[in-house]
Amino acid sequence: MKHIINIAEIKAWMLMAVSGKLIKTKPMLPIGINAPEFELNSTPDQKLKLSELLGKKVILAFYPADWSPVCGDQMTLYNETLKFFSKHNAQLLGISVDSKWCHLAFSKHNKFHFPLLADFEPKGMVAKLYGVYDEKEGECQRALYVIDEQGIIQWNYLSPTGINPGADGILEALEKLDNK
Amino acid sequence: MSTKLKPAVSSKDHIQGNKNAALELVEYGDYQCGHCGHAYPIIKAVQQEMGNKLKFVFRNFPLSEPHPDAFKAAVAAEAAALQNKFWEMHDIIYENQERLDWKALNFYAEKIGLDAGRFQEDIKINKVTVKVEDDFESGVRSGVNGTPSFFINGEKYDGDWEESELLQYLKSRI
Repeated sequence: MKHIINIAEIKAWMLMAVSGKLIKTKPMLPIGINAPEFELNSTPDQKLKLSELLGKKVILAFYPADWSPVCGDQMTLYNETLKFFSKHNAQLLGISVDSKWCHLAFSKHNKFHFPLLADFEPKGMVAKLYGVYDEKEGECQRALYVIDEQGIIQWNYLSPTGINPGADGILEALEKLDNK
Repeated sequence: MSTKLKPAVSSKDHIQGNKNAALELVEYGDYQCGHCGHAYPIIKAVQQEMGNKLKFVFRNFPLSEPHPDAFKAAVAAEAAALQNKFWEMHDIIYENQERLDWKALNFYAEKIGLDAGRFQEDIKINKVTVKVEDDFESGVRSGVNGTPSFFINGEKYDGDWEESELLQYLKSRI
């Protein structure tokens, strides 16, 4: 998994956003490319690099905000489906722009057994990199990626913000990868 | 995301009402979920109104972390099913959601007339737990994204279920 943050691309995207005509101009990253490297806090004193998970499948679940009803439902559901994900050697990572302390409280409150990553400073940098930042709301969009053991994006899905996409699409993507 | 019920309703399911009805309503529910408790009398009213035009099916979808008693309540209902009293247990649980520990569940079992000794054995057997787990997995694969979730004739119903909207929708499908 190479470090392939494309600064020029991010700048171009930000300029388009600043022009005010379009709130969301950059599409989700396509299937078949290397998932861009990032490093974010997974706890107040620990950071996690995406490349540390090479050899495992990774599910990136971008969501708008801790504590909001749909996000809570979505992450609560995924907390219950972890055993299905781990059957496919997959690690779930939740990502929002909330701080590491907010994530800690949200995770403890809901007894989550997977990391929540804080895309907090610079705000939404990873969400922007993955084409899932909602410039108007200043939050991540509700979006999913499945990355294979070699760090290649194999599936993506952008959900309407108000709708919990469930776990079936993730499971189907994981099964498809295992049956390749 | 998915909108299809997987797998389709079969003899493994708990079915209430007319098994041959053209309209089939499936609920994925959690016995400790407040929204499901709220839906319980609404579904009863819908069944009453629709009469023999409706087949109702309940599948377990316990969210164990937020609702630590939900799985055991589901097990209790499945164990009651082995004595042909699934719906009696389903109902008494939803009517007493505030207490779902084993002491309470044993009391409900006694109240609906289950053989207490057999109930104690049945809650421990593997196939009862597996039924609850299989229901949960089928819900995940069908795109259940919260409880209660409803499917009408195999398609996910994302409309409102409060007030009379679900009833009106079902009537429109006759």
